[in-house]
Amino acid sequence: MAIAFTLNGKSTTVEAPPEMPLLWVLRDELDLKGTKFGCGRSFCGACTVHVNGEPERSCRMPVSRAEGKEITTIEGLSEDGAHPVQVAWQEIDVPQCGYCQAGQIMSASALLASNPQPTDGDIDEAMSGNICRCATYGRIRAAIHHAAKLAQAPPTSHETATGAGGSEA
Amino acid sequence: MNAVDKTGNLSRRGFLHVTALAGGGMLLGARFSLDGAPGAAAATAGAETTLNAFIRLTPDGVATIMAQNPEIGQGVKTMLPMLIAEELDIPWSQVRVEQADFDSTKYRGQMAGGSMATPMHYQSMRRVGAAARAMLVAAAARQWKTKPENCTTEAGVVHFKKKSLSYGELASAAAEIEPPNPRTVPLKDPADFQIIGQEIPGVDNPKIVTGEPLFGIDVAVPGMKYAVFEKCRVHGGKVKTANLDAVKASPGVTDAFVVDATAQAGSAAPSMFQVAPPNGIAIVGDSWWLVNEARSKLEVTWDEGPTASQSTAAFDRQAEELSKQAPEQDLRNDGDAAGALASAAKTLEAAYQYPFLAHAPLEPQNTTAHFHDGGLEMWAPIQTPQFARGDLAKTLGIPEDQITIHLTRMGGGFGRRLYWDYMLEAALIARQAGVPVKLVWTREDDTRFDFFRPGGYHYLKGGLDDSGNLVAWRDHFVSFGEGPRFAPSAEMAANEFPQAFVPNFALQASKMPLGIPTGALRAPTSNAISFVVQSFIDELAAEAGKDPLQFRLDLLDAAPDGMRPAFDAKRMKAVLELVRDKSGWGTADLPEGTGQGVAFHFSHRGYFAEVVQATVSKEGELGVDQIWVAGDVGRQLVNPSNAVNQVQGAALDGLAQALDQEITFEGGRTKESNFHNFKLLRIDQAPPVEVHWVMSDNQPTGLGEPALPPVPPALCNAIFAVTGKRIRSLPISRHDLSWA
Ligand code: FES
Ligand code: FES
Repeated sequence: MAIAFTLNGKSTTVEAPPEMPLLWVLRDELDLKGTKFGCGRSFCGACTVHVNGEPERSCRMPVSRAEGKEITTIEGLSEDGAHPVQVAWQEIDVPQCGYCQAGQIMSASALLASNPQPTDGDIDEAMSGNICRCATYGRIRAAIHHAAKLAQAPPTSHETATGAGGSEA
Repeated sequence: MNAVDKTGNLSRRGFLHVTALAGGGMLLGARFSLDGAPGAAAATAGAETTLNAFIRLTPDGVATIMAQNPEIGQGVKTMLPMLIAEELDIPWSQVRVEQADFDSTKYRGQMAGGSMATPMHYQSMRRVGAAARAMLVAAAARQWKTKPENCTTEAGVVHFKKKSLSYGELASAAAEIEPPNPRTVPLKDPADFQIIGQEIPGVDNPKIVTGEPLFGIDVAVPGMKYAVFEKCRVHGGKVKTANLDAVKASPGVTDAFVVDATAQAGSAAPSMFQVAPPNGIAIVGDSWWLVNEARSKLEVTWDEGPTASQSTAAFDRQAEELSKQAPEQDLRNDGDAAGALASAAKTLEAAYQYPFLAHAPLEPQNTTAHFHDGGLEMWAPIQTPQFARGDLAKTLGIPEDQITIHLTRMGGGFGRRLYWDYMLEAALIARQAGVPVKLVWTREDDTRFDFFRPGGYHYLKGGLDDSGNLVAWRDHFVSFGEGPRFAPSAEMAANEFPQAFVPNFALQASKMPLGIPTGALRAPTSNAISFVVQSFIDELAAEAGKDPLQFRLDLLDAAPDGMRPAFDAKRMKAVLELVRDKSGWGTADLPEGTGQGVAFHFSHRGYFAEVVQATVSKEGELGVDQIWVAGDVGRQLVNPSNAVNQVQGAALDGLAQALDQEITFEGGRTKESNFHNFKLLRIDQAPPVEVHWVMSDNQPTGLGEPALPPVPPALCNAIFAVTGKRIRSLPISRHDLSWA
């Protein structure tokens, strides 16, 4: 069955069984590997994407439900990794293994879109569906607060060590 | 690697070799004996006496450093290159890091485990960097017709008087210099460190935050099919018959077959890590989701084997019975524990118990396997590639050098990926299917088929003298194993605390046979033993009417003459005192219903004392308010940002275990299956973790593990402080904490 939706700003059509979860369409049919498989049952949030701007667990969303919707994945969150949440995540050095972080970032960016100045309590509520097995929770909270500031005052000063180099080119 | 060995310029010393790169620049390889890591070779399998590193320096001034060890989130991909870059004296912004493949001809000790990377490599990696710097300096000195001693370096540039040349300009000339002896090459004074000790963000962070493929599960190769593997739910069971034809007719399925390697000759693992040869049903096809859907069509008759009779309830009963019998073996006997208990002023008796646990790394097990050109190429998240390859070669009957393993970043390890069962499965499936195959487990597969942290039972007696000093300790440890052998990670060191701090100490063991695979979970053995020992110490402190933290300090002072404790009591006292001061122990004005508990533990060469503050409502609802950690891992934190991240993660891992984690068995099957019944910590349960350090003048040691073990007992001790209830079995969720 052909299903049409907007994916990261581009109109996209896929041929897939209608009940196939969006997660597997993204990963295996469209080769977008940033959205992760953790549990397949909405327990962990590793597969979080935005559907019309709302965070959704793509592992439980049949692709047929994507018809006509706007889907954003971690790859489409920004052109070049410059979304305030992506910047904050690097400046606070949040990741350990990194596997959960795409899902964390998608949930965090959806939170900030609706609540630009979240309290710790707001963060706990919005983020409790995203498991981090490495338990980087303290830094996730700090990075969300940091991203809130970055979003308010566009990038001028960076308080944290950034060590620009070091990544694989 | 684009390297052309123009010169064949192998150092006569044989330790370092340099190659000129096509297009300019140098490639430095190193191989030399391990140093600066006392006891490292003996501590962990896989710790070898040589190691290797590669630095590629190109005319643009960029140093590309191969990260040789597997990355599981412990930060080693950033940390080891930092050590090299420091002594190379190059700005971190000019450093690129690439993950090395597994290659036993180039590297040694390519393993993640035992918090070993720092102690194994701290000096050696620095020496590699220092040697490369010396060659650049020699190349510059040669051009300037002066002695190398007259030159200095700074931030990737060599200086002599007013002259200067950048490393990029010197890279090709340096390829002509004979490498120095890395053992004698001078190292920087730590006071001059520019990179070591800096907060350097993880090198993969830019890819992680943009969702670029990095992990094993992200691998794709042309022509690849997807696979799932259905095993007998009873551990060790085997397929008898299956309706393969019906499964093959399912949408998207191209093949389905039985895989049975149990008869393969010589498939015993060549190491301390044992992995049973696979048996099960492979379903292969064009879409992972479709092949996984096809599993529901499977009808299989299994030969369940002997483990079908094993269950958690039966273990509990059996342990209880064994506790009443004479122990099977003595692990340690100091003084006369029985006599001292009989004559002690006060005695205490308690039975402690902890459950099996799963590792539950967030990335499910997976491997991509491709047979081509007479060999096997694999992409796998694996902590022990060397052992894995040896076992793959034996099981598949192909030579080791025909197997290539690409190391992928791992979505967590925690010890689970010390075992390569999924690699064996993927290789066997790919061979039988005749196509490249990517095997991906479901979360249910991952939870059910783990190498679990074994449960255990401790029957303790303690004796106090008139003044409340601990004079006798006896632990009858009922564990798993057969004959003289404990099941993997079901053993206990004979010198666990409080051995050597009590004059009369007896550690005895009995074992139950176990058909369920067990293995190392982050801080193996310590993650369980610490709960038992540090909780019972707390009971004894209460019985003695003493402050539990002071009771511990006194005990650490009490090593009888002639005893040699497993650790340095002074270092442990220092972290205890630090955590006492930082947590406001005994002085904080806590509201009713809030209390603090303390515990310490020595493991993986690290000294950790921790205080947990918890609030328990009268109705028994538990909240953890804060954790204070004081640690001593020597004189230098290589990367403080990652160090704190690791410690906070380990502490919260301990919290998760204590609160609500257990794996149980019935009919030889694992009952838990996914995160609804094997619960990982969530953000709303995660308290702040404050980390403090004692910078003692000792070799730097690792941080992946040792902060975990004190948390479960410190939390249980805090619960006691509030409720007066002792938690003697984990998880805490089993207990009614209400009080009034
Ligand atoms: S994979 Fe979707 S919530 Fe876990
Ligand atoms: S960083 Fe490992 S699961 Fe979150």
